Amino acid sequence: MALSHIRLRQVAGQVATIAITLFGLLLLTFVIGRMMPADPVRAIVGEDASRETYEMVFNQLGLDRPIWEQFLRYLGDVLTGNFGTSIRTGQPVIEDILHVMPATIELATFAILIGAGLGIPLGVTAAVNKDRWPDHLVRVFSLFGHSMPIFWTGMIALLVFYAGLGWVGGSGRMSQFYIGLIDERTGFLLIDSLLAGDRDVFWSAVNHLILPASLLGYSSSAYITRMTRSFMLDQLGQEYMTTARVKGLSRGQTIWRHAFGNIRVQLVTIIALAYGGLLEGAVLIETVFAWPGFGQYLTNNLIIGDMNAVMTCVLIVGCIFILLNLISDLLYRLFDPRTK
Amino acid sequence: MQDPILDVKNLCVRYPGAPADAVRGVSFQLGRERLGIVGESGSGKSTVGRALLRLLPGAVISADTLRFEETDLLALSERDMLKVRGRRMSMILQDPKFSLNPIQQVGHQVAETYLRHFRCTKAEARAKVLEMLAAVKIRDPERVHDLYPHEISGGMGQRVMIAMMLLADPDLVIADEPTSALDVTVRLQVLNILDGLVKDRGIGLIMISHDLNLVRNFCDRVLIMYAGRVVEVLKAGEFGQARHPYTQGLLAAQPRIGGNHAPLAVLDRKPEWKEEPLP
Repeated sequence: MALSHIRLRQVAGQVATIAITLFGLLLLTFVIGRMMPADPVRAIVGEDASRETYEMVFNQLGLDRPIWEQFLRYLGDVLTGNFGTSIRTGQPVIEDILHVMPATIELATFAILIGAGLGIPLGVTAAVNKDRWPDHLVRVFSLFGHSMPIFWTGMIALLVFYAGLGWVGGSGRMSQFYIGLIDERTGFLLIDSLLAGDRDVFWSAVNHLILPASLLGYSSSAYITRMTRSFMLDQLGQEYMTTARVKGLSRGQTIWRHAFGNIRVQLVTIIALAYGGLLEGAVLIETVFAWPGFGQYLTNNLIIGDMNAVMTCVLIVGCIFILLNLISDLLYRLFDPRTK
Repeated sequence: MQDPILDVKNLCVRYPGAPADAVRGVSFQLGRERLGIVGESGSGKSTVGRALLRLLPGAVISADTLRFEETDLLALSERDMLKVRGRRMSMILQDPKFSLNPIQQVGHQVAETYLRHFRCTKAEARAKVLEMLAAVKIRDPERVHDLYPHEISGGMGQRVMIAMMLLADPDLVIADEPTSALDVTVRLQVLNILDGLVKDRGIGLIMISHDLNLVRNFCDRVLIMYAGRVVEVLKAGEFGQARHPYTQGLLAAQPRIGGNHAPLAVLDRKPEWKEEPLP
């Protein structure tokens, strides 16, 4: 009884935090929209419109109303799912975004799987062999991943693996040849091609995904490796590790059964943040690989000053981070009994 | 002494790069008795305990003899050493706040000792654990089994620790400051439980402590260590006849209830004690 009461308060607290964060986020996007040096009316009516037309549109957009009223109107629009129309494409912004998002999610998810799959074992290895050769090797490896500009590695990798060796597909999400062959059901090409039962398209998609995902994964593994190493070093010096050794466990067993369990919570946090960063936009890699994703969409609209699109993109990035934080909070509870 | 379970001759522990050895020429024998090792911080008493288990990362351990029952500990491979630790020789650590894994149920942690050394089902191990938890006077073993370390008190944590280290029925237990993290009120209770179990099962006990009175009351013999060496060995009842000036200094620095209110003696440490021939 008492326990469920506490639980209820926790949930209520969480909901309140999310609501406040969302409100702050909406305020921020609204301010961004107002402060951008682009004139939304000019963007619609064009440079040569008459003064009357300009004022008519100005009033239609509600720009003559007091600022707080404009904000309330924006809130109302967002809450009813109306994010406005993109000037560039003439389509509702949200439809555009729903169209580009799956490409980025696909890329980011594979990248984070590679990054964590590489970074965690490397970080543990480095920590366990602190200041010996495996540690130095891992540090050099992750330093490279951290310091090489990704657009450069992207181009070099394309030169070597696509143009030179021909092991992988080039730019885009699949071969030109297959474009339009597959019905877009989920937007996730790997899933859609499987649903359509088309193996050729599926492998073409995998082939195109593997290189950009590996490069992004390598670059985020650099961060994950370094953090895993330092989390692990903290745990290796703990007294419970000695206890486990006294019981007769081997060093490997104490590391994976005892120390690793204690760094899961921290790992979840940094991996969630790294994943958020990847979703927010791997702009450079998307550009190099002509990947029609969220990063490219955001940058293109920023450049031409398409306000509705930019505001919605910022809002979505914010929501992604709120969601990832929520998920890592839930995983904390699962991994650490002290938070119950 | 008949049939010692542990025979240590000229034990040295050196950390490469350190100016002096941490332990220098320590020798003693242990039967089925309770041996105390006292000394100040840095005297090497804990290092002796860990050297016996060969759990000193980075240190070089050497000895003329380091025999445990029929086994030459220095000749064992690390692999064979794993079968000794926890099964034949174990160690109770100082503070359950740090020595228990914070994210595992305590029963699970205790059971690990048993599962590591014996072939058995989980249910059998669980039964063993519950029995052992009852033996360390935990009133509701079923409930405590499923608790996490932060949910139990320090005294209970230390009893869990004792259960964990005695579960596989070892012949030698090293207790490294087993009660210094506990409240005075539960200290005696925990010590009595440990003492009872050690006596009943005929286990050899090495009690490492800086608490002279505690060691005096709970051990049969006491080694007094100073700067990595044993300066004196005393029977528990014969502290009055301590000969070494360092031991006499330690005794004089003890406060007494009802004693005169004169300032306590300041412990004297002479450099020549580090090098003089051993008794």
